Amino acid sequence: MQIKQISVFLENREGRLADVCELLGENNINIRALTIAETEAFGVLRTVVDKPNEAVRLITQKGFTANLTDVVAIEVDDRPGGLAAVLRSFVDADINVEYMYGFIEKSADKALMVFRFDDPKKAIELLKSHDFVVVSNSDIQSL
Amino acid sequence: MQVNYWNKEIETADRAEIEAIQLEKLQHIIKAAFKTPFYSRHFKKLGIKSPRDIKTFEDFRKLPLVSKEDLRRGYPNGFLAGENYDDVVRMHSSSGTTGIPTVIYWNREDLEAATDLVARCLTAAGCTRSDIFQNMMSYGLFTGGLGLHYGAERLGMMVIPIGGGNTIRQINTMRDFGTTTLHITPSYLMHLATAIKEHGIALETLSLKRAIVGAEPHTEETRRKLEEIFNIDCYNCYGLSEMNGPGLAFECVYKNGLHIWEDSYILEIIDPATGELLPDGETGEVVVTCLNRRAMPLMRYRTRDLAHVYTDMCQCGRTHRRLSRIKGRTDDMLIINGVNVFPSQIEEVIMKIPEVGTNYMIHLTKSGAIDRLTVKVEIYSKMFSGDPVELDILKDKISEELRASIYIHPRVQLHEPGILPTFEGKGKRVVDERGEF
Repeated sequence: MQIKQISVFLENREGRLADVCELLGENNINIRALTIAETEAFGVLRTVVDKPNEAVRLITQKGFTANLTDVVAIEVDDRPGGLAAVLRSFVDADINVEYMYGFIEKSADKALMVFRFDDPKKAIELLKSHDFVVVSNSDIQSL
Repeated sequence: MQVNYWNKEIETADRAEIEAIQLEKLQHIIKAAFKTPFYSRHFKKLGIKSPRDIKTFEDFRKLPLVSKEDLRRGYPNGFLAGENYDDVVRMHSSSGTTGIPTVIYWNREDLEAATDLVARCLTAAGCTRSDIFQNMMSYGLFTGGLGLHYGAERLGMMVIPIGGGNTIRQINTMRDFGTTTLHITPSYLMHLATAIKEHGIALETLSLKRAIVGAEPHTEETRRKLEEIFNIDCYNCYGLSEMNGPGLAFECVYKNGLHIWEDSYILEIIDPATGELLPDGETGEVVVTCLNRRAMPLMRYRTRDLAHVYTDMCQCGRTHRRLSRIKGRTDDMLIINGVNVFPSQIEEVIMKIPEVGTNYMIHLTKSGAIDRLTVKVEIYSKMFSGDPVELDILKDKISEELRASIYIHPRVQLHEPGILPTFEGKGKRVVDERGEF
């Protein structure tokens, strides 16, 4: 099951990231995960929020350039080697991770990770067969 | 395609008829020119004693080429036919930001004729009396605002004389009155696209059919982009205040070059360096003679604009020759590390790239003895995939395509839409910070 990630183009200018985050905050949208892919001249903000469709509408209305991408969020055992075990299963199944980043979670013995796969369908099947927990959109809203 | 004429007989006249009209009108213009300080002096020098001394086009080409500097030297009334303003009913003037302003005068008949030509232009571009015309050009001393206003009224459209600026009001007006036709600069039309989106207005709720896009040169790629964004037809027009402003040349519905109304203007294309007349098809400086203005006759005026004349006939049936888009100006050419580059060449390359948005800037700086060209472009939101690697590839692609076209490797900067300066009037897209040589 895939969830929606928002990608926002940010040129290298003071306050752009703060602008996006403020906009989300003012509209009561909660950021669950966030990372920035940077080049020398600009960055692309990637974030998972509780209300992705509403968030992307607000962001683009404010003149930002943004889109929605499908990603997969997975529960990983919060112990040494927990992430490695998941990654190893991808390697064995020949599934590529395009990029990944961590999730904000307040409690529990699980860590959440966001993955973007080159073949998400195959990845999800694999995750299910290994009994890894894939997080759904509704899970994110209730986090 | 529906082709309408304003004055079919004249618009489809054969070459011999057009030339006969030109030579006859020329007599009247030369008669008026005798009353001006500038021409009376030149006529004396050339031994021209009466209008009858100019009977053929060969005679005509003995007349001096007139430059903007000549007009400035004649400020304010060295070209006025007569000693006072008694017959003059209107004047327009350039802003004079780059020097002494140039002033143009009309008598009642002159204005009448100029207005009629604008109505002819608008008809050629498909406008009818059922259209709602929102004139977003500035009024005042600039000829584009009032010129189109009067022409559109003459045609019978409902004219909304809103002028430039105040984007929100422009959009609300378009929506509330069902505007079908805009008169606007390409820079501002691009800005309008972003503004309409920002205000969450769906383009389908507007009644726009076309835009008359003028007052600054733009490329075919820019036109296509604007047409795609708004799903309308954009028509290029060409005019300059010295030649009555708008109404000099205009695109018809076939959008294949601008018909220059040869019953009212004599068009010549010259080699800007030698002044020699060039054959149709060759690019050179546009030189025009106005045949319908007697309060201030102006013949063989050097526009500094570079263009060529199409050699084939237009499908619309009009016989008046067509001018290409203005490719640049003899005075806006940039010399970058010894290479001649027109800003329009850069625009042509970047606007062809679908991932590029509607706005760009050209920056020139100096690094030691070397000129550095930086092209700043906005990305097109619709094409954003969320992948930074793709954006890096895009940057390289823009740079590479520019290098292939202008032989200079520019630095390319990608910007968010709406960040680069927007222009409500003529765009100023070149910033040259190289200083004096």
